[in-house]
Amino acid sequence: MLDLLPLAAPAAASDTASGDTAWLLTAAALVLLMAPGLAFFYGGMVRVKGVLNMMMMVFGALAVVMVVWVLVGYSIAFGDDLGGGLVGDPTQYLGFKGMLEEVPGAPYPITLFAAFQGLFAVITVGLIAGALADRTRFGTWLVFAALWTVLVYAPVAHWIFDFNAGDHVGGWMANELGALDFAGGTAVEINSGAAGLAVALVLGRRAGFGKEPMKPHNLTLVMVGCGLLWFGWFGFNAGSALGANNTAAIVFLNTLLAGCTGLLAWLTVERLRDGHATSFGAASGVVAGLVAITPSCGAVTPVGAMLVGLAAGGICALAVGLKYTLKYDDSLDVVGVHLVGGLVGTIGLGLLASSSVTSVDGLLYGGGADQLGKQLVAAGATLGYSLVVSALLALLLDKTLGFRVEPEDELAGLDLVVHAETAYDLHVTGGARPHFGGGPGSMQP
Amino acid sequence: MKLVTAVIKPHKWEDVREALETFGVTGMTVSEVSGYGRQKGHTEVYRGAEYDIALVPKIRIEIVVDDADTEDIVGIITKTAQTGRIGDGKVWVSPIETVVRVRTGEKDSAAL
Repeated sequence: MLDLLPLAAPAAASDTASGDTAWLLTAAALVLLMAPGLAFFYGGMVRVKGVLNMMMMVFGALAVVMVVWVLVGYSIAFGDDLGGGLVGDPTQYLGFKGMLEEVPGAPYPITLFAAFQGLFAVITVGLIAGALADRTRFGTWLVFAALWTVLVYAPVAHWIFDFNAGDHVGGWMANELGALDFAGGTAVEINSGAAGLAVALVLGRRAGFGKEPMKPHNLTLVMVGCGLLWFGWFGFNAGSALGANNTAAIVFLNTLLAGCTGLLAWLTVERLRDGHATSFGAASGVVAGLVAITPSCGAVTPVGAMLVGLAAGGICALAVGLKYTLKYDDSLDVVGVHLVGGLVGTIGLGLLASSSVTSVDGLLYGGGADQLGKQLVAAGATLGYSLVVSALLALLLDKTLGFRVEPEDELAGLDLVVHAETAYDLHVTGGARPHFGGGPGSMQP
Repeated sequence: MKLVTAVIKPHKWEDVREALETFGVTGMTVSEVSGYGRQKGHTEVYRGAEYDIALVPKIRIEIVVDDADTEDIVGIITKTAQTGRIGDGKVWVSPIETVVRVRTGEKDSAAL
């Protein structure tokens, strides 16, 4: 992304370009909105007894990842390369050291770029939570979120997002390989999908998986979450243009179109296969289209974006059934939507990239298979690294802290057992009596 | 006296209520219930995964009536709630020993 920096002239009253800075501030705030959006999206998909826990896993990830990002994550991702394009220097920007001074001529404050990128890490970790619904120890999840950010997200972000600039040396995918990933098809989507699969395999299936009904408890929440995610995704993708410019406008349009065609494709599959076009399918199709356009939004034309969304909506609608065939419990389809959708977009870029938008032509635009090969290497490397390291990390935490709750707690529901709360109270009395023991938290008469 | 209990399709509730009022029924107890008969519920689909939902929403009506009106009232409910399609419901009649109006202490027919 950094090579897309507009070389804007400094505005008169400031050393930074105020328009670009304003857009990046806005985009960062939009990306933050994706976290509660994701919490609603996932929260509606689980059963009543686990909705608050699901939301807390996303909000908890937001808090932990952002702190870790400022302390060391950003430095690993965007610090000077330590060798081979594999990892940035973790000490260079420790605690955002040396980043607070205004740099004359910079298009925007570097702290703003760092915060924007930190929110990408937040969403990536939040996505993983969807594979772990209803059976994960909350404390261990927070530790996992912190360690995964350092061990997996930050290095992969370094590979694909950190570009060479002046004396600065960045990551191997961006600079040596030449793979394209505008806003995170590899670092965010494939990465989170692979990690979700790895940890879901370590944790095992939910009690009753495949036998008991585990249908979503509230599809209106899913639709609200989908809407907020889509809104926030404009910050994610168009914000990755890092400026209020023509690229941002094209990316904005592509993001809109891919969500639309993703929805239409998913509904078509459902109508033909199941006989009904469902709201859950519509929400899922939007997200599948958005996932796939994330890497490719800066490289394809609007027609290309529609094709990417169509492919993702159709393929992901079929892929979410894999967990029943292969019998792994990726509870909320992180693999089926984010891993598969990320692969569709990352590989689709190699087919549909157009030199009218980016630097290369894809296979279908007469550019040969060169870019497609680069995309495949980037996708494969991310998938492999994330699967292995995430599985090892999950196994380590399972042996030490314990990663899965006790069976009786899982049956009772994590809202009550872990958080001492329930999501909905539909009785007049609430079914609760105040107790007057005078201890901490008790009601006084 | 008899207790007439009817379990009917929710969309037929308003028609049944009107017909019973026209006949002269002055009160009834109505609840939203769920259950199933021979047809066994319905199927829902979530991301391609099918769920068989056994319980179907229904309306249950309970009316305490004089013996002489029982057959008419059962007839009205049966006729009004009928669509001819599966899941139209059931009506059954049970004997009642005594009824007391709480406000006045009146008993049996006087309490209806």
